[in-house]
Amino acid sequence: MLRYALLRLLGAIPTLLLVIVLAFLMVHAAPGGPFDDERVLPTDVAANIQAAYHLDESLPQQFFRYMSGLLRGDLGPSYRYRDYSVSELIGRGFPISLQLGALAMALALIVGVSAGTLAALRQNKLPDRIVMFFAMTGISIPVFVIAPVLVLLFAVKLHWLPAGWSGVTGPAKFILPVITLALPQIAYIARLTRASMIDILGRDFIRTARAQGLGTATIIRVHALKPAMLPVLSYMGPAIAAIVTGSVVVEEVFGIPGLGQFFVRGAGNRDYTLVLGIVIFYATLIVSLNLVVDVLYGALDPRVRRR
Amino acid sequence: MSFLEVNGLTIAYGGKRVVDDVSFAIDYSESVGLVGESGSGKSQTALALLGLLPEQAEVHGDIVVDGVSVIGASAKQLSRIRARRIGIVFQDSMQALNPYLKIGKQIRQILLWHDLATGDDADARVIRMFERVGLPDPERQFQVYPHELSGGMRQRVMLAAALIAEPDLLIADEPTTALDVTVQAQILELLEELRDNTALLLITHDLGIVAGHCERMLVFESGRLVDAGATTSLFASPGHAHTRALLDAAPRIDSGNAPAPVNGRTILCAEAVEVTYRDGERGQLHAVNGVNLLLREGETLAVVGESGSGKSSLVRAVLGLVPMISGRVVYAGASLEGPVQTRPVAQRRDLQLIFQDPVGALNPQMRVQEIVGEPLLVHEPGLTSSARLDRVRAILVKVGLEDSHLRRYPHQLSGGQAQRIAIARALILEPKVLICDEAVAALDGSVREQVLALLRQVQRESGLSIIFISHDLAVVRSISHRVAVMYMGCLVEVADNEQLFSQPRHPYTKALIDAVPVPDPIVAPKKAALRGEVGSLLHPPSGCVFHPRCDYAKDICKKEQPEAMNVGGSRVACHRAKEIDLTT
Ligand SMILES: Nc1ncnc2c1ncn2[C@@H]1O[C@H](COP(=O)(O)OP(=O)(O)O)[C@@H](O)[C@H]1O
Ligand code: SF4
Ligand SMILES: [Mg+2]
Repeated sequence: MLRYALLRLLGAIPTLLLVIVLAFLMVHAAPGGPFDDERVLPTDVAANIQAAYHLDESLPQQFFRYMSGLLRGDLGPSYRYRDYSVSELIGRGFPISLQLGALAMALALIVGVSAGTLAALRQNKLPDRIVMFFAMTGISIPVFVIAPVLVLLFAVKLHWLPAGWSGVTGPAKFILPVITLALPQIAYIARLTRASMIDILGRDFIRTARAQGLGTATIIRVHALKPAMLPVLSYMGPAIAAIVTGSVVVEEVFGIPGLGQFFVRGAGNRDYTLVLGIVIFYATLIVSLNLVVDVLYGALDPRVRRR
Repeated sequence: MSFLEVNGLTIAYGGKRVVDDVSFAIDYSESVGLVGESGSGKSQTALALLGLLPEQAEVHGDIVVDGVSVIGASAKQLSRIRARRIGIVFQDSMQALNPYLKIGKQIRQILLWHDLATGDDADARVIRMFERVGLPDPERQFQVYPHELSGGMRQRVMLAAALIAEPDLLIADEPTTALDVTVQAQILELLEELRDNTALLLITHDLGIVAGHCERMLVFESGRLVDAGATTSLFASPGHAHTRALLDAAPRIDSGNAPAPVNGRTILCAEAVEVTYRDGERGQLHAVNGVNLLLREGETLAVVGESGSGKSSLVRAVLGLVPMISGRVVYAGASLEGPVQTRPVAQRRDLQLIFQDPVGALNPQMRVQEIVGEPLLVHEPGLTSSARLDRVRAILVKVGLEDSHLRRYPHQLSGGQAQRIAIARALILEPKVLICDEAVAALDGSVREQVLALLRQVQRESGLSIIFISHDLAVVRSISHRVAVMYMGCLVEVADNEQLFSQPRHPYTKALIDAVPVPDPIVAPKKAALRGEVGSLLHPPSGCVFHPRCDYAKDICKKEQPEAMNVGGSRVACHRAKEIDLTT
């Protein structure tokens, strides 16, 4: 098991390297530089700045400088937030994004699994139809549509919840962003759970459990939930990636000072190092979470464990 | 009033009745056998007794368990009947146990749910039950997953689960069908020993099991209960023609006329064949260990032994389907070498193989005429398509099928028809040697008898030599001229049919024969002759591979591997074959 985890860890290194190289090239291929502003700087000042940030060096030189910093955990200085390093900015934005993402994921799992299980138990009956209708809708509507609609409804019209982040204290400010972020995942997880739960509930060992007199709730909890969760667990990797992507939009819409907002601002400002740093940070995060998912999968399925 | 009363039970799917107006009763502590061919509605009836039929089943009639009606019962009432009044053991223990849950937890949950025990007390009861069903090291087994156990051990776990809540009736639906005879004998004996005053409804297609274990029997034919009565009287004078037919199709190992030996030339000869497989990181698995065997022209040679004894590996090596590590195989004077694809075409057409699963072995996309004619495309490419069709027609007539079958797809065939198609396909090239690997294992009694008759007829007409692999010794008794017995990759005994069955010389042969149930209530079942289960081929025992299970083992057996020797008409690999007397 441990060996398997280590091997997977080693296998992740080339993936990460590739992501870094591609991200580096893409950021540098974008037209314009970080200091191309409306206000034209005198050439010697511009040259000084270029030199200070090593922008006068060749691309390979810059890459190796960046990589050697990266190995020391240094993501370089931000080009825009002049007094901050990229690491510091990530340190400021990530805790907020993490709260948002973790809450959204938890919500998606709890609601998605419950709804999917309910639908499976009442297959082709009314509860199933309702759940599947919402799941279909949830999957087909993108985050950037859901967010404004929710804001319009609950904030602008009903005044139940705050529309944005700034100036709001207390947990109420989390509600709309978390729901927005979670909705598509709820829909997906509900569908996934329904399908795998129907599969498991049709297995012979469930019939055995019924023959032993166990009630439905106990059968689900003791016998069916674990195997039915395996496909959902495999989906956790893509789900995490989707939540990271979604958070970029959500943070922008609700004005949340998280990592997503830094990312969008950074891209607009051509803040190379910041954008690059965030891409690398998220790539590492997603790869390691995928690893955790894999290891968990092994722990849940006794038949793969001994491999 | 009886414990269980069934009145006019009818089960239908979409209007089609699979159980039709069935009535019977089971008293406290009596044992009842339920027999019938596959699809006759036995399992559906059993499920109905526990209210376990799927939603789409249309159920009518009455089922009353100790005064409580099962049909239309509330969830709560059902829950009180299940496990505590009626326990059930299903056939396929691999599917019937939860693969994701430790077996201890699965059984413990029954006690918790029914408030029969809690906490440590529940654990202790489960462990005591494991002990009673003969699981070695019960404390450790608590933590084991089903796939880590052998089929026999898993069925013991099923039995533990069915009995832990001390029901009044135990239903066992084909509880031993997937098991080796030796293990079957152990499980049936255990069932008798444990059930005490619990009534038993034993569902089986094997009349031998009913004869040995049931006081009364019920006979099903396509959803109807056609015959019922005391086992001894029904065996002596069946009340219905179907009972008679079932009895006639049940082969007996202890009598009947064994085919007389054939004195043909040797057509196929295996010398010191050895086959090993790599089992991942765990090492070499010795599947076939230096086997010498010959096949005569026109004879049927049966190869028997428990699963994992190397029967299939041996013939696969002969056919070049798996590599031989050492040894050689000679066919008609020429040595057979290399993988099957590299062998001369003539050799390939002379040796044909048919498998157990008739439908699975046929390409589902092809019609019968294409399936049967396909080998001709390869081996006789010059044939015109009408000539090919003529050949297909001729062979279909031979295997007892009609022109109307030509255009069917495999899923439109019954099991017996599909196996005939497989045989036709093998025979169309007019092979010299036909290898049947458990070819009749999946077939019902009467259909099996028809297929066996077909094989005998083909052999009579064309002098075909047959290698007949089977775990069913009663069938082997009726079809084969000679019998080879394998155990853990070693050939332990070879003899003519009559000789082997009437006077086995190897303790393992004797144990195998004794384990076969005899379809005759007068013949008491023998005590399970063999303890334990087949060991691991990764680490075969030293000396005689059979010594850990042999009642006759002496010191020498642990140290030296016995050489084959001739003892009174048998060729036996046992140190003590000459001194021990196995006739009792
Ligand atoms: N869910 C189902 N839908 C339709 N037919 C079924 C279903 N389950 C079983 N049957 C049919 O019921 C018949 C009896 O089956 P079964 O009781 O399993 O027979 P047995 O146990 O005697 O082999 C078979 O023809 C089978 O195909
Ligand atoms: S050699 Fe020994 S252990 Fe093997 S079968 Fe004969 S008596 Fe038993
Ligand atoms: Mg059945």
